[in-house]
Amino acid sequence: MISAVMRNDATTEPVRPAQTPSTPKVLAIENLRKVYGDTVAVDGVSFHVDRNEIVGLLGPNGAGKTTIINMILGVLEPSAGTIHIEDADLATHRSQALARTNFTAVYAPLPGNLTVVQNLRFFGLLYGVPHLAGRMDELIRQFDIERFRDTKCGVLSSGEQTRAGLAKAMLNQPHLLLLDEPTSSLDPSAARDIRARICEFSSQEAVGVLWTSHNMHEVEQVCDRVLFLSHGRILLEGDPKNLPREHGKETLEDLFITVAREPLSLGDPAP
Amino acid sequence: MMRTHRIAAILLRQFYLIRGSPARLLPLFVWAAVDIVLWGFITRYLNTVTSTGQNFVPTLLGAVLFWDFFTRVMYGVTTTFLEDVWSRNFLNLFASPLSIAEYLAGLVISSILTSSIGLIVMLLLAILVFGLSFFVYGLALIPFLLVLFFFGIALGVFAVAMVLRYGPAAEWFVWPIPAILSPFAAVFYPVATLPPWMQYVSRLLPPSYVFESMRTILAGGPVSWPGLLWSLSLATAYIFLAGWLFTRIYRHAVRTGLIARYSAETLS
Repeated sequence: MISAVMRNDATTEPVRPAQTPSTPKVLAIENLRKVYGDTVAVDGVSFHVDRNEIVGLLGPNGAGKTTIINMILGVLEPSAGTIHIEDADLATHRSQALARTNFTAVYAPLPGNLTVVQNLRFFGLLYGVPHLAGRMDELIRQFDIERFRDTKCGVLSSGEQTRAGLAKAMLNQPHLLLLDEPTSSLDPSAARDIRARICEFSSQEAVGVLWTSHNMHEVEQVCDRVLFLSHGRILLEGDPKNLPREHGKETLEDLFITVAREPLSLGDPAP
Repeated sequence: MMRTHRIAAILLRQFYLIRGSPARLLPLFVWAAVDIVLWGFITRYLNTVTSTGQNFVPTLLGAVLFWDFFTRVMYGVTTTFLEDVWSRNFLNLFASPLSIAEYLAGLVISSILTSSIGLIVMLLLAILVFGLSFFVYGLALIPFLLVLFFFGIALGVFAVAMVLRYGPAAEWFVWPIPAILSPFAAVFYPVATLPPWMQYVSRLLPPSYVFESMRTILAGGPVSWPGLLWSLSLATAYIFLAGWLFTRIYRHAVRTGLIARYSAETLS
């Protein structure tokens, strides 16, 4: 079970509480499949995310990561399979499921023509956040964007936009947080800062996180478990610290490159 | 079940945008006001050059006002939707608990508020400057406005469904819709003036019944209440039809991935 986050980062080591066996899965996916015409984008994927767990969804470009995230967010209908967010079936209880979820992605920035505060108030109402003003102030402080409160999001730097996006993603204290390459446009210092804040949030709020990234160093730091996708299937799963050695590789990055270039050597039947 | 806080979110967003941008605030009433001023002077001129003594103010200026009101209602729906297109906000919006019914309700209420601003400015100009009296239309004024409002909503929802289906470039399709419909709606002339095939189309357009009734009333004839009731029913049916179409297109967009990658346009 998961014991700590940011294990390689000496500056931030929040400890997440251990999970009891009776705790329901935050996210449970069964036999998820998405087909576009003759192209199979996601092919019978099943996995889960527990509370207090950060799961890395890894794979080369086109492996199906964003397709899976879009299906979990309800903006892409699966061809087959089920998605449960806690006890809510996304297909039949969409609003209920998405009220417990939130996300941030570099390709879904906050509307640039609204200020940080206006955006947070807008999304706070959409998600039905109780005591919204207090929650907004708390997140604005937490993500150090106080001086940008009344600045339009479109003129913020990448790092500031990422922090504002994360504040939006945590507004409703989601039980499931989806992060699609949250640090991809940040410098190493800002990325470390953001990682620490996300890990702090996930440890304090007992949230389950699904995290995609191409930065294997980051994944090793933050993820408790990783899933390697190739051609829409889960090829490997395990602890990011042990997984490379289990497959004869030195680092997670080496394993990633093998998944991307030689998936057959790891048992992928359908390149 | 619809949640009012989610509908309020759509309205609040639109309020923030309009409050902070003269480029959004002015079009709510400026073009309509320009139309009233232009047609106001045309009707004044026509009143002086015709020997029949006919007052063109309620006929022409009234028609312009009613048609502009319908146009503002339609644009109120489409502009609120287009704000999400322009700011590439679909993913944030449709990945939230917001339902389609709540989103459409937000678009409609936003349109009620923005079109009211245009209507008030047009009424003030038409009444105070050009002496248009709405008493001449009598009680029929209520169904007139209702029919035009309902049809504006229906056409607005239909237009945003088209933009959702065919991508951001289909925005060009939205703006000329009122101009394309106006010859068929017989805004300034009787439906009988049109060739037969255009009359068939005209009968399917609720505003044509409004303008026909308006002219009948001004000519001293009786109000055709069954005709107005029929046009109100037709406009209501169009609202449901447009809502159904939008929902179908939204579901198609979710199935094909168009919502997730809206700017791509070609996924469908």
